[in-house]
Amino acid sequence: MAEAVKSFDEMRSGADGAVRAPYRGVARWLERTSPERVAATRHEVDLFYRRHGITFGAYGAVDGAETTIPFDIIPRVIAWDEWEYLHKGLVQRVRALNAFLADAYGEREICRAGVIPEAQILMNAEFVAMAQGLELPGGVHAHIAGIDLVRVGEKDFYVLEDNVRTPSGVSYVLENREVMMRLAPELFAAMRVLPVADYSEELLATLRSVSFSDDAEPNVVLLTPGHYNSAYFEHAFLADEMGIELVKGSDLFVDEGRVYMRTPRGPQRVDVIYRRIDDAFLDPLAMRPDSYLGVAGLLGAVRAGRVNIVNALGNGVADDKSTYTYVPEMIRFYLGEAPILQNVPTWRCDKPDDFKYVLEHLAELVVKEVHGSGGKGMLVGPTSAKKEIEEFASIVRARPDNYIAQPTLALSTCPTFVAQGVAPRHVDLRPFVLSGRKITIVPGGLTRVALKEGSLVVNSSQGGGTKDTWVLAPDHSAG
Amino acid sequence: MLSSTAKNLYWMGRYLQRAKTTARLIEATQRMVLQSGEESEGVVAIFGMDDEFRHSQSQSEGAELSSLIDFLTFDENNPSSIVSSIGAARRNAREERNNITVDVWESLNALWLELGARLRADRATLDRTALVESVKKQAVMIFGAAQVTLLRDEAYNFFQLGAFLERGDNTARILDVKFHHLRPDGSPHADEMDYFAWSEVLACIGAVRTYRRIYRSALDPMKVAELMMLRRDVPRSVHHCLWMVDLSMRELADAYGTRGEADRLAGELHARLRYARIDQVFDIGLAKFLGGMRDDIALLSEEIGRQFLLD
Repeated sequence: MAEAVKSFDEMRSGADGAVRAPYRGVARWLERTSPERVAATRHEVDLFYRRHGITFGAYGAVDGAETTIPFDIIPRVIAWDEWEYLHKGLVQRVRALNAFLADAYGEREICRAGVIPEAQILMNAEFVAMAQGLELPGGVHAHIAGIDLVRVGEKDFYVLEDNVRTPSGVSYVLENREVMMRLAPELFAAMRVLPVADYSEELLATLRSVSFSDDAEPNVVLLTPGHYNSAYFEHAFLADEMGIELVKGSDLFVDEGRVYMRTPRGPQRVDVIYRRIDDAFLDPLAMRPDSYLGVAGLLGAVRAGRVNIVNALGNGVADDKSTYTYVPEMIRFYLGEAPILQNVPTWRCDKPDDFKYVLEHLAELVVKEVHGSGGKGMLVGPTSAKKEIEEFASIVRARPDNYIAQPTLALSTCPTFVAQGVAPRHVDLRPFVLSGRKITIVPGGLTRVALKEGSLVVNSSQGGGTKDTWVLAPDHSAG
Repeated sequence: MLSSTAKNLYWMGRYLQRAKTTARLIEATQRMVLQSGEESEGVVAIFGMDDEFRHSQSQSEGAELSSLIDFLTFDENNPSSIVSSIGAARRNAREERNNITVDVWESLNALWLELGARLRADRATLDRTALVESVKKQAVMIFGAAQVTLLRDEAYNFFQLGAFLERGDNTARILDVKFHHLRPDGSPHADEMDYFAWSEVLACIGAVRTYRRIYRSALDPMKVAELMMLRRDVPRSVHHCLWMVDLSMRELADAYGTRGEADRLAGELHARLRYARIDQVFDIGLAKFLGGMRDDIALLSEEIGRQFLLD
């Protein structure tokens, strides 16, 4: 398949096609390393991941079969000044998202000011009435945010989407680094790479800082749907790293408005729940009555201020693809600042003019479901056949309000090992932003790479892989 | 620690031990058939799987011994097969990834992966002996990893509890079935001794050489029963296992500051074996003694579940 658009290559797009400064170490390493060594290394990586059971159960796979996500051993490199800029932009954006969530479930001043229509919040399928009027410690709703970024040029980054419900992938950030240090120590010796291993420490501090109780050692647990969930490895990994209990709904119960976990010693009080279960399944009394994953009475305890859940209830109103279009306005409204990171221009199919434009330009656009995720239910115009485009058009016509469209971005590429050798493949970046009493971001984040030539879909369920992401230290000399 | 963690570790211990026992039984049975032409089917009675085995037999066409081995190794309808037990142990371990060490998890996961790979391979060319050997070796490595790396906390005690309760139960079952197969009347005295048959009984718990070291005499059914049941210094004897169970129960009682019916039962079972004499056991009747023992072990398992909220 031909390249739809000329992309920015993060290694080769220097002046006159030279290697860009941050990638000089990697380029030299690639020249010196034989293809045999690389093949052997890649085999080692796969074994390592399988033996450690770092697996991912793709939805729809038979019996929840476990597969590993392909890991590419060429790191993605970000220079310190680039990271400094991204860092500022991410902090700003997440502050605004948190202010918006507190407002959306509070007075809704942003609606009264005419910036966002109230229907955008109240009619949103992800709006949770039970969260109305919740006063949370520190006013924080989105404690863990995964902000998906793409790069299209030397200085051009865009936010593709915000994930403030239960973003996953951070375990790969940590494990990829472990693997890289084992496989290419010589590369680390040549470059000053900022470490990421303190993520779990920061996460635990964040979780503790948002307990309602003033107990110096609040009891924090991680609530998982169980080992059939595709991200179960990550749940177990994070609980282990933080030294907290990994619980299922059946391990918890509510008594007199407090949440307890069952232990052989008897009930033990729980203060903060890092939940990796969707809102709808949290509490069969308040939400879906058929949920076996949740805890009966949990939301009552949250409302009573006896236990805090992370991320907060009802965050979906802030991260669907139609609310997304308002984020720059949120930044101006709540913070009085100009947005540092830009949104991708977005057409909303519920607006007649936009809809008309989208239908006329389907072959150039990317069309996505408002509540979609995982790279499913979307159309990438330039790489789709005419028949696919026509089929998709009729789907969009049936429910225009369910779709948004964006120009097809020429996502940047990074050198990647594929069957034919080293070739450029498209990447994105998901940094993880932690908000408690303060905001912290571990340098870099998860780089996802589309392993198919020309593909722009990086999701692991659609044949995407991951890379270790290196942010170079400020004193790193690119030499 | 969560009750569900205690439960997973308890069952992980039980299933791992079950897989190990099954591997040994397969080996012993195979040798027995080769040496004495003895019929091999009796082995399925040890885990009470007679009906299931007959059912699986009616569907297969292979020779009896190899279909028996496959039933004990691969059959997922047989909860005591190696594949079933290792699969169950790995599920327990996977749920407790954060409560066991990397060494324990990796060694168990490696065994599970190897079994999976062998299962997918062509059965016709499969080296069953190598497979059983490998299961035995790796099971030892997993238990070794647990001994060397696990934190000595409550979770460890539940793992030990499961492993030793299962092992004690298994030895009692093996002795019961094998002994009465060779001596249907339960009498330890007989005019003629089938040396090979009795040494295979010992081989089921890997104690042929141990017997020689302890008794320095010819094989004798009464001594075989004594070794498997009452010798505290034989690590697979029922006595040794229930001694360890009692110890783990005491550790837990100390940690929690409470005692219950499970503690009483564990102590009583231990004492019963500690103070029994083999001639008295045969006076009562071996079948009766072992039957009571197995019932009480099952009861103890239930009481543990009740006392520590495992269910």
